[in-house]
This record gives sequence, structure tokens and C-alpha cells, in this order.
Amino acid sequence: MKYDAKVKISLKKGMLNPEAATIQRALALLDYQVENTATVDIIKFSIEGADKGIVREEVDEMCQRLLCNPVIHDYHIKISPKEE
Amino acid sequence: MKVGIIRFPGSNCDRDVFHALELAGAEPDYIWWSKRDLSDFEAIVIPGGFSYGDYLRAGAIAAITPVINGIKDCVKEGKPVLGICNGAQILAEVGLVPGVFTENQNAKFICEWTELKVETSRTPFTAMYKKNEIIKMPIAHAEGRYFTEDLKTLQDNDQIVLSFESENPNGSLKSITGVCDEEGLVCAVMPHPERASETILGSDDGLKFFKGIVNY
Repeated sequence: MKYDAKVKISLKKGMLNPEAATIQRALALLDYQVENTATVDIIKFSIEGADKGIVREEVDEMCQRLLCNPVIHDYHIKISPKEE
Repeated sequence: MKVGIIRFPGSNCDRDVFHALELAGAEPDYIWWSKRDLSDFEAIVIPGGFSYGDYLRAGAIAAITPVINGIKDCVKEGKPVLGICNGAQILAEVGLVPGVFTENQNAKFICEWTELKVETSRTPFTAMYKKNEIIKMPIAHAEGRYFTEDLKTLQDNDQIVLSFESENPNGSLKSITGVCDEEGLVCAVMPHPERASETILGSDDGLKFFKGIVNY
């Protein structure tokens, strides 16, 4: 069965996010006063697998081996049946 | 001494490192990323650049290539391995040195000469410097801010190799800009010793990094 996988990668709490800080300063230039700006990366793909649990395990392994750096990142995985 | 220089798509300091190694009296040769067997070489340098376009994270994709397994074998055999700039980011991604080099605090690419303190002379690359010696080498990176969750282990094990002396341009933890593994044979530095290997370049303070490999 085919599944859609979505991995959301964010910086761990307390990690400096220079990109988000720059965006927040730019918003302030336009007179938007916002706080706690953060950026996240989303990686999406479709993947074949016997069931959702097995696919999740495989995607988790991908996160640990390549997609994320465990020193600075948290990640969240979403697996759903592939939309045709 | 035969020293291998690893090349990835996007490496761009490979020829500069080749030149600096020749100046130091080494016999350098290039190694393409797909090569697995590095047994011909006595030491390895991973040069700077933008391997794989810095996609995903700087160094992340280079970190899973076949040549990395060859480098891991070299480390087991006690051969010195030096990563410069992108090479340092790659060694951190592989986990051969602790911590990570991530986006600069000011979100800018910084290219400038820096004053550095040699924190330890126990690595082959810093053996020809005195501990606490101040040297001048340039940096050129957007992702050089050093971070580790375990600073104490680094300090206790004498794993800090270089730190910024006068100012901390990228926001690195404790101004750290060079670290090594526990044995001191794998060394990752953000500043470019090859760009400071001849007085005509503004400084030859970096040449001893390469001479140290030859003397090891």
C-alpha cells in the first residue's frame, strides 16, 4: 500500500533561529509586531509499505540517519494513506 | 607522505589545499567521493566548499557517501583526518567530532580574517604551535556557529582546538571554531589554514597545520 509521509523538522526549544529572527525584524519594518517567530522545514514524499506502523519506523530511521541532526532538531512524522 | 584530499560535487578549496600540502612537503592526491578504499593514504583532508549545494544542511549529504566509510577506516587505523570549513561541517554531521556547525548568529555569510587562539597542541595539525598561541587565518562561511550540548566533556577531554580570540563573529558557543575527537586525530576547523599558507596571502600562520601532518 502507498502512503504519504510528511516530516516536519524544527529547531529544538531554546536553539537560536537566525532566519526567524530576521523575518521577525522584517515584519516589524512593516509595522507588524509579532513574537516567537519560528521557521520549520517540511519534507514530503510517498512511500510503499505493508502498514502504517512499518512505514513510520522506516521514516523515523530516515530522520535519524539523514533528514535531521539530533543535536539541534526535533521532528514530527505524519503518515497517511496516499491520496489519489 | 601521501595525503588524500576528498572531492565532492561542490568542493571548491581542493586545489588550494593541494598547493598548501605541497608547500608543506606532502604528496597530495585527489579522492572522488565514491571511492571506498583509502588504504593508499596516510592522512586525509576534507576541504571547504559547498558540497551538494549545502542542501538539507551543510555537510549532511556528503556525510552519507561511500568515502566517509573509508575515512572511518582511516580513523580506526589512527591516521590523521582534518576537515576545513565544509569539511568540518561534514565531520560534525558524520559524528566523528562532537557538536554541530550551524547558521551564523547574524544570518550572514562572513568572509574575513580572524585572530584565533590555538587551544591545544596535542593534535597532529596543531603540534607545531604553542598552546595559547595567537594566529591569523580567514573564515568564510554562513554556517559556522559551533554548538554542543556537552561543553564540559569537550573541556575535560581537551577537545577544543581553536577559538576566536578578539571577537566572536558567528556567535559560536564559547567562541569555539575548531574541535577534535577524543584521541585528537580527527580535527574539524572552520577557519581556512590553506588560505593562510604563504605570506603573499597575508599570513602563513596556517601552514603548520599541513606541516604537522607531514611530521606526524
